[in-house]
Amino acid sequence: MSLLKTTQLTKYFGETHAVDHVDFTVTEGEVLALIGSNGAGKTTLINLISGLIPVDSGAIVFQGADTTRDSIHEKIARGIARSFQLVNLFDQLSTLDNLALAIFSRDGKTRKLFRLSDADGAVREEAVAVLQQFGLAGKAGMLAGGLSQGERKLLDVAVAYALKPKLLFLDEPTSGVSTREKAPIMDIITQVVRAGGITAVIVEHDMDVVFKYCPRIVAMHQGTILADGTPDEIRNNEQVTANLLGTQRHA
Amino acid sequence: MDTLLIHILNALLYAAVLFLIAGGLSLIYGVMRIINLAHGNLYAFGAFVAAWTVGLLVGGGTPTPVLYLVLLAGPVAAAALGAVLEPTLLRPLYKRPEEYQLLITFGLLLILEDLLRLIWGPYPLSVSSLFEGMGSLNIGESIYPTYNLAVIVVGGLAAAGLWAFIYRTQFGVVLRATSQNMRMAQAMGVNVNRVYVQAFTLGCFMAGLGGAIVVPQQGAVLGMGVDALILAFVVVVIGGLGSLEGALVGALMVGVVREFGITFFPEVELAVLYLMAAVVLLIRPAGLFGRA
Amino acid sequence: MSPVPAGTRRPLAAAGPIVLVLAILPWVVEPYETVLLSYGLVFAIAALGFNLLLGYTGLLSFGHSAYFGVGAYAVAFTVKYLKVSSMELLLLAGILASALVAALFGLVCVRYTRIFFGILTLALSQVLWSLAFKFFWVTGGTDGLRVPTPTLLGVSIGAGQDKMDFLAHKYYYYVLVVFVAATAVMWVIVHSPFGKALQAIRDNETRAEFVGVQVWRYRWVAFLISGVFTGLAGALWVPLNGLTTPDILVWNFSGEIVFFTVLGGFKTFAGPIVGAVVFNYLKTFAVGYTVYWQMFLGVVLVTLVLALPTGIMGMVARLAQKSRRAPAP
Repeated sequence: MSLLKTTQLTKYFGETHAVDHVDFTVTEGEVLALIGSNGAGKTTLINLISGLIPVDSGAIVFQGADTTRDSIHEKIARGIARSFQLVNLFDQLSTLDNLALAIFSRDGKTRKLFRLSDADGAVREEAVAVLQQFGLAGKAGMLAGGLSQGERKLLDVAVAYALKPKLLFLDEPTSGVSTREKAPIMDIITQVVRAGGITAVIVEHDMDVVFKYCPRIVAMHQGTILADGTPDEIRNNEQVTANLLGTQRHA
Repeated sequence: MDTLLIHILNALLYAAVLFLIAGGLSLIYGVMRIINLAHGNLYAFGAFVAAWTVGLLVGGGTPTPVLYLVLLAGPVAAAALGAVLEPTLLRPLYKRPEEYQLLITFGLLLILEDLLRLIWGPYPLSVSSLFEGMGSLNIGESIYPTYNLAVIVVGGLAAAGLWAFIYRTQFGVVLRATSQNMRMAQAMGVNVNRVYVQAFTLGCFMAGLGGAIVVPQQGAVLGMGVDALILAFVVVVIGGLGSLEGALVGALMVGVVREFGITFFPEVELAVLYLMAAVVLLIRPAGLFGRA
Repeated sequence: MSPVPAGTRRPLAAAGPIVLVLAILPWVVEPYETVLLSYGLVFAIAALGFNLLLGYTGLLSFGHSAYFGVGAYAVAFTVKYLKVSSMELLLLAGILASALVAALFGLVCVRYTRIFFGILTLALSQVLWSLAFKFFWVTGGTDGLRVPTPTLLGVSIGAGQDKMDFLAHKYYYYVLVVFVAATAVMWVIVHSPFGKALQAIRDNETRAEFVGVQVWRYRWVAFLISGVFTGLAGALWVPLNGLTTPDILVWNFSGEIVFFTVLGGFKTFAGPIVGAVVFNYLKTFAVGYTVYWQMFLGVVLVTLVLALPTGIMGMVARLAQKSRRAPAP
């Protein structure tokens, strides 16, 4: 049964068809990559599904329920979470607080005015545990603004993960990070995602990363889905190689 | 019927001055994304400089038509002040969070309020001879000051001139490009620092011009700055920040509502304007012509 | 898990001696000084309220005089029209009135862009100010409304007691207790999960939405609390001043609130308190010297923004860090 299904999803920015009548399905438990050149519509698709921008036409159905016009808050409540291409963190809060906040919010505890947040042992323990999973436990006390780029990308994902979502969108989790840091970051992310049984859609440009970690690849081009299949199928798809991959052959 | 015409003229008069102030505020915001809280004080500064300069020359043999031109000393002084303020006080803060810009322009507001008092004393300056100098027109059975009509004309000319400047000149193109996408404009070789100071100077000129043309009718009074700021704000809420058409339409609407409001409900005039602004904020937060 | 987390112990330890000093003050200094400090503590409460919005939620209000004024006028009206003289009831009136106005104004102000927020708050407070003038038969207009000394916890000022003496002792302690309580409550609020959510909104509105925090709702609650604290300060202020006039509704006073918060340092908890108290002394001193008091404020504010944005407490923190790093002689 599909976890997420979009039907003829469309978004125009003036004359540009950013997302053009897209039918996109995600099955529970899978980890798939969303690839395409810049401007293909990948981030716009995520922005539509996660509720950041309104839909022009089409439908988004999540776990059988229509979530097309839901607010961000409602989508989060349903279990859709995302990380950001350009890191979005609470720079003046500590790494631990960034994560703890997601947990407090998830558990409905952000309404508590008269309790000290540090006194909540359960939340603190869980926050530390998640940080450990992401290899950030050592930086728990540091302000998020002071972390390295790689650490910030990981924290960005960790915060979304801490919401315990059913569907997690990761928008270019390794962008802006040096090549040798990419694999370790993806290792951590895929490990955590698999261990948690989370369904994940990962937007990525680095094809090495994509072919290594994602059993299903969806390729977008100019607002539509060009191809959808296994790494082998995608590699051998002429349209994809022509438009997206260039002529480089990957072993 | 004539009373209606007079009300309309008064509304246009008010709108003309408001357009100059609000338009300047909106222009500065549109290009630089800054709200200058001291903008009203530049209007006041223009008024005081204009009143004072004319006051120096009045009765000294300068022909009256020239005296009207001397009023321009106001906007020129305001523009000069703006040209000094932008690089010294605003430029250092562009990279910082916006609270700091608001704080510094607020500090500027405080300084200018007292500076006006320091230089020109606590009493209003007036140049009523310029107001009476134009005489009055007969409109039906009433008489209407010709000066007011002149102000309306100046306002209209300013709107037209500004429009032409922004949409028909090279500088206008650069201005619009910078306001739409500063980084892109910069990448294409535009000297953004220069555009900013020019836009700020222009905005201050407009505010100062508003002050100068109002002086013959009302005089230059301490406190006129903050009052103007608050009214300009209502205009940009209604019209949309960053839009000159919005400033024009907003100014007209505020002018009309205020004129008819004063006639029928003088007590709650300010509150009615705020009600209007609140309604617009509820239905269309970006304003009628604003960008979301 | 200890009920008082580690992070709390140091501030508590620092606060203790300060409260002690404040408590013995009336026995050590002139009544005039004590009354002056009372004003400072009252403004400190207002500053705490104001900074919940600025330092913790990232919203800069130029209209906080509205809530101070509403609190003050609520007390004046309650005394004049309801013939109440119990300070506790008067404080309640101040709190309720400012909560109502803050709730209303907040609805309008927080839904929209941060850019508008500043001028919008300024404008709304000016509307209140102009109403205080226009309806002078209710508010006393520029003459204001006199307020006699209220009863504190049921005890009224003795028949022969000197008012200055009353203010410097009984009323001072009353203010001190409210100040300590208000500070403690605000401290808990900013360190609560709610407080963290506010800071998240300040740092990154979008991400706050994406962790499930409904930004405008939290801003509204912060606005409400902020208004109530400032209204409480206004209510406490009236018996001190003996009189309330439209002067405390005007934008200049809002500017002073902004000023002393920034002076003390709006990025710390204690900054606003320090700023308010220091400002109070500064103003009392300077107003005697020059009529261009506003210009002085403006110049200091501009200097603060350009050179010392973290204010007094920021400077103190930096000096403390330097001294910790300096080698022992």
